[in-house]
Amino acid sequence: MPEQLFWEDVTEGVEMPSLIKQPTTRQLVQYAGASGDYYEIHYDKDFAQGNSLDGPILHGALKSAFLGQFMTDWAGPLGTLRRLTCQYRGMDFPGQPITAKGTVGRKYQEAGEFLVDCTIWLENPEGQNTTPGSATVALPSRGSQSG
Amino acid sequence: MTTPPSVLTPEMREQAIGTETEPLTMEVEPGAIIKFAQAIGDENPLWNDPAAARKTRYGGLIAPPTFLRNLRLERPELPFDSSFSRVLDGGSDWEYFQPVRPGDRITAISRLTDLQERPGRMGVMIFLTSLITYRNQFDEVVATQTTTSIRY
Repeated sequence: MPEQLFWEDVTEGVEMPSLIKQPTTRQLVQYAGASGDYYEIHYDKDFAQGNSLDGPILHGALKSAFLGQFMTDWAGPLGTLRRLTCQYRGMDFPGQPITAKGTVGRKYQEAGEFLVDCTIWLENPEGQNTTPGSATVALPSRGSQSG
Repeated sequence: MTTPPSVLTPEMREQAIGTETEPLTMEVEPGAIIKFAQAIGDENPLWNDPAAARKTRYGGLIAPPTFLRNLRLERPELPFDSSFSRVLDGGSDWEYFQPVRPGDRITAISRLTDLQERPGRMGVMIFLTSLITYRNQFDEVVATQTTTSIRY
């Protein structure tokens, strides 16, 4: 696990380390079971093709979960996710990688917390942004450590 | 090109906006948290390893950010009979206030906050925006979720 990120160490405008996910059809079935979303478009090829798709597509909620992981990995165990926003603009398919990326936006303090806004998104293998989003995390501050 | 006929009237919007679903309650189970974390492929010990999580400031397992989605509220009903039978999830905006722990009882209520129609390739599409408020057994708001659902 990487070292804990502190608010003072964050630089605005910097690219965040990307996270590559490799969803499989098996994972979509596993996610259906874990989330209770059994919509056939996510694992039934005939159903997906009957809806003019090449094949089953990722659940939108699974994509937001990937972006959630991207942020909680970056924020470390002492960071706290405060906001996670995304829109499902493009379809994504299992059997190919999908990459979570982001850039650091504004650093600021509010209500006693040390916050960072980030612009985040998911990119398909063609380099297209299918899931634009944003997030806000509260990070630990070196200056406020007690004891 | 003719403009597709409008489906929503101001009266329909006024009637629909502000309506709420019945509350839905879920008891948070450690196995469900771990199963969810494994399903999304997130190995963070906070939602996978109770022994490791006990040593953190949380004192035990907590739920990952999108876990509350498992509270599957009924879809908001369109305020009219329609052939808009297909649904797309447009996206979500989550805000987080308190951690969610095994043994918590989380109650969700969804309120319809906006209803818009927009032209699409296949005709008129209806965008429904809902605000879901999640409260725990102490009546604290643990999270809110603004979610967009698209009917076409």
